[in-house]
Amino acid sequence: MAGELQPSGGKASKNRARIGERIAARLDRSAPGRWVLRTGRAIARWLRSVRWNSWAFVAPALLLIGFFLVYPTVTTVVRSFFGRGTSLFGPNVEYVGLTNWKYVFTNEIMLTSLRNNALWAVLFTACTVGFGLVLAVMLDRVKYEKIAKSIIFIPAAISMVGASIIWKFIYAYKPAHLDQIGLLNGIVVAFGGEPLGWLIQRPWVNNLCLIAVGVWIWTGFCMIIFSAAYKNIPKALLEAARIDGANEWRVFRNVILPLLGPTAGVVATTMVVQVLKVFDIVYVMTNGNYSTEVIANRMYKEMFNYNNYGRASAIAVVLLILIVPFMIVNIRRFVSQEGGR
Amino acid sequence: MRKGFVVLLALTIVGLAAIVGLAEMKYVTVMHGWPGEQAPAFQKIVSAFEDANPDITIIVEVVGRDRPALLATRLAQGNPPDLTPHPWIGTMKQWADAGEIVNLQGIVDTSDINPALVPIGEYRGGLYGLFIFPNVKSLVWYNPKEFAANGYAVPDTWNELQALSQEILDDGGVPWSIGLESGAASGWPGTDWIEDIILRTAGADFYDQWVAHEVPWTDARVKAAFEVFGDMFTDNFVLGGATGALTTNFGDAADPLFLDPPAAYMQKQATFINGFITDHFPNLVAGEDYAIFPLPGISADATPDGSIPLLVSGDVVTVFNNRPEVIKFAQFLTSETAANIWSSELGELSAYVDADPAQFDNPITRQAQEMLLNATVSRFDGSDLMPGEVGAGIFWTGILDYVSGIDLDTVLDNIEAVAQDAY
Repeated sequence: MAGELQPSGGKASKNRARIGERIAARLDRSAPGRWVLRTGRAIARWLRSVRWNSWAFVAPALLLIGFFLVYPTVTTVVRSFFGRGTSLFGPNVEYVGLTNWKYVFTNEIMLTSLRNNALWAVLFTACTVGFGLVLAVMLDRVKYEKIAKSIIFIPAAISMVGASIIWKFIYAYKPAHLDQIGLLNGIVVAFGGEPLGWLIQRPWVNNLCLIAVGVWIWTGFCMIIFSAAYKNIPKALLEAARIDGANEWRVFRNVILPLLGPTAGVVATTMVVQVLKVFDIVYVMTNGNYSTEVIANRMYKEMFNYNNYGRASAIAVVLLILIVPFMIVNIRRFVSQEGGR
Repeated sequence: MRKGFVVLLALTIVGLAAIVGLAEMKYVTVMHGWPGEQAPAFQKIVSAFEDANPDITIIVEVVGRDRPALLATRLAQGNPPDLTPHPWIGTMKQWADAGEIVNLQGIVDTSDINPALVPIGEYRGGLYGLFIFPNVKSLVWYNPKEFAANGYAVPDTWNELQALSQEILDDGGVPWSIGLESGAASGWPGTDWIEDIILRTAGADFYDQWVAHEVPWTDARVKAAFEVFGDMFTDNFVLGGATGALTTNFGDAADPLFLDPPAAYMQKQATFINGFITDHFPNLVAGEDYAIFPLPGISADATPDGSIPLLVSGDVVTVFNNRPEVIKFAQFLTSETAANIWSSELGELSAYVDADPAQFDNPITRQAQEMLLNATVSRFDGSDLMPGEVGAGIFWTGILDYVSGIDLDTVLDNIEAVAQDAY
């Protein structure tokens, strides 16, 4: 027992060891004393086993995350069980149990929003990942690759609000006998058609128009990532496949796609996380009117326009729950990649 | 060493002088959401006040249509602007209940404000808003030159108005231009139409009950008012039909009247559209190229004295922080000087109690001011009086849904459901 208090050498530590031995001998004489000695030693062991240096480095970041992420999340979840009002808690805010949750899952406008978010998640992800992949593979073979990629990537550099305003003008409508100022209606009229109010045709045309804006912004991003991954595929593999008689389509399907699989997974989960919180595009172009409502816009309205923090919190938690599975997939993939090193 | 010491001493003295000087300067923060021409006019008022009070500096923040959100966050943080002009009477009442704003009763002297306008800002015995930037809404704008060229007469009754619309349609033109789009606030011009129609078909007392939700939105008279508005679309009186109205921004809706040839002949909008017209067409002269007439009454029972009801709106000034310099500025805003700057710069109405219509250069302002002073029946914009979820939420989207073809009963049921929750 005394051996655990090993001195590290030097007079001071030898003194400490002697004092330690005396205290240990004193405590050893009684039953409660022996208990104190045992727990004391267990604590000492644990203190030694913890890597204090590592924790010291991580602590500031953990504190920040705890304060700015964990605390608001917990508060929001709790707030969702309380009623309307703009204070977090207090005398004007009353407990309403599951009323807000019932509203989120049964109210007509909320169901429309959930449906629209599902539409966005499926179509937006499929289009950005699909177009990104195809563009990456095809542009690799042309001389003007760099210029084309730059042009396609430019929208990713514009803010979502800026892009929404641009596209609002593209979708603009003027009555048939007046000059069209919207690009899309200008083309339609030039071909002899009637101009259409693109953003007010519910329920599918306007949603598709909004999704098109999102795809326009984000395809460049996906394309860049796929392009980098594609260029990493050893040319020898592709050559071997071609020599073996595979045509371009088989090469694409059987060689390129499987090798780009992991990248596609990362890009797809990133895009889904992006699209589930889509707000700017819908807010600027239609503000959720004409059946284009999305969850994030609903949360904004409930919180800032209607001063109903309870409902806004419930909607926010729903959004969180929807995104969590994708975050877990991403983190698992990241951990396994890091673990493989 | 000595040189360094001298420099340090000099800097300290200068710094102290600056601090003392700054400490004597008082600051008032004002947040407003006026776009376009109204901002420079307000700035002139601010400059006039600063000239008269050199120890007070006004810091003006101009915010867009997201001002409710910004104010909500600033209030939650505990640092709202000192003063803000705004049209949301409903929200003002919520602020008053929560104790966020200052009761100006007894603190600000309202004797300079037109007495008809003062009650708008009163709530539960206290005064929370100074109604000093009024707007008249029941105005129909038209192009007098085009009317003269086509032999159209300004209608005095609703039947004459409908006949005129039909006449324009038969001549191959389109009578009305309606613009409902307004970004996050789309639909609000439609609510003005409904409010004007309700005043003219069901009367001012029913209007008050409707605004206070003492009658449901599914009431037959409310439904009838919506149908009067909807009939304009089914009768093809509106430029571009439903799509045209839904996609045209309210600020652009007057433009078709002044094209060559005109694409439409009439537009109903408040006095502030004057600024938009002169901005888009700088060469137009008020009274000659564009003029107004009041929207005629519809039903004789609604207005027994035969007068035309007036739908009024505008901005009330609400004070968040009770400090002497803030109150001084609020008092200045009610003064004749401020009112004169506002009306002469913008052609806007003056809330000054002794405002003489003859002083206005703009004949339209003169006419609107006379309407304001002489109206026996006037009501404040309903959607601004209702709670946020209804007046700035489901009512707006209800208009858009109805115009885009959703069944009226469904729309009214939806609004009623939200209203029951909100009141």
